[in-house]
Amino acid sequence: MKSAVVLLPGLNRDRDMIAALTKISGKAPATVWQTDTEIPDVDLIAIPGGFSFGDYLRCGAIAARMPVMRAVAEKAAKGVMVIGVCNGFQILVEAGMLPGALMRNASLKFVCRQVKLQIANANTMFTRRYQPGQIIRSPVAHHDGNYFADAETLRRLEGDGQVVFRYAEGTNPNGSINDIAGIINSQGNVLGLMPHPENLIEAAHGGNDGRALFEGALGIAA
Amino acid sequence: MIKARVTVTLKNGVLDPQGKAIEHALSGLGFGGVGQVRQGKVFDVELAETDKAKAEADLKAMCDRLLANTVIENYSVAIT
Repeated sequence: MKSAVVLLPGLNRDRDMIAALTKISGKAPATVWQTDTEIPDVDLIAIPGGFSFGDYLRCGAIAARMPVMRAVAEKAAKGVMVIGVCNGFQILVEAGMLPGALMRNASLKFVCRQVKLQIANANTMFTRRYQPGQIIRSPVAHHDGNYFADAETLRRLEGDGQVVFRYAEGTNPNGSINDIAGIINSQGNVLGLMPHPENLIEAAHGGNDGRALFEGALGIAA
Repeated sequence: MIKARVTVTLKNGVLDPQGKAIEHALSGLGFGGVGQVRQGKVFDVELAETDKAKAEADLKAMCDRLLANTVIENYSVAIT
């Protein structure tokens, strides 16, 4: 399975994502720059975290309108898996590839800590290596992770199992509605989440709770 | 040339923690009777267009596509 990582000015977790994908899949992902209009033939496209375009206007707003995101949307429409982590999640939401919006944390504080996540839907390409309801650990580091969607969208997300990760055991760090930490599109191939599973994949990280996400998506045996 | 002011505000019902913090700070400064404060954004935009109707349509398109996130924000356009 092949992967690609989207690079944009202001991202700062791109090297972490590249390292995680390289370690887990055994080969380095392709990289695509913001102005690229074509993405190589891959199975998974990752949009890393950071502060693309300095979070100007709204987090992810400018990045979502760069040429590379049109190419990402075209690939996603063909069924290629897309994962957006942190700023990548914000970019997917701003691009209209996932519903809702990510607002300033309710505390108004940047949060950088470890949280607990419940696997709210283990029946996705990304979570199939976890047990339903399983609690895993994951780092978060963000200022704008407060997920919001209108009541009708929220009903649809909850009803269709599109809520994939939920902050568990009182660890919601940002005031996100229904403790939502990550959602998937209705086709089941575009995932966005605020936590950083790529930062918990090996013993040196203090655990490997995030590793199964990439193993599941890339179809790699644990 | 046409000059316009675009105002983007949070929709009713969308939590605004920044507005809340400003509200508390105003009270802290001794301003009594301050009710709800909501924070928004203002964009002053210059357009080469001379037709006001066309400019207004363009500005609305700009709001829908970039300046506002219509999931959480409303906008208004005023040609000055």
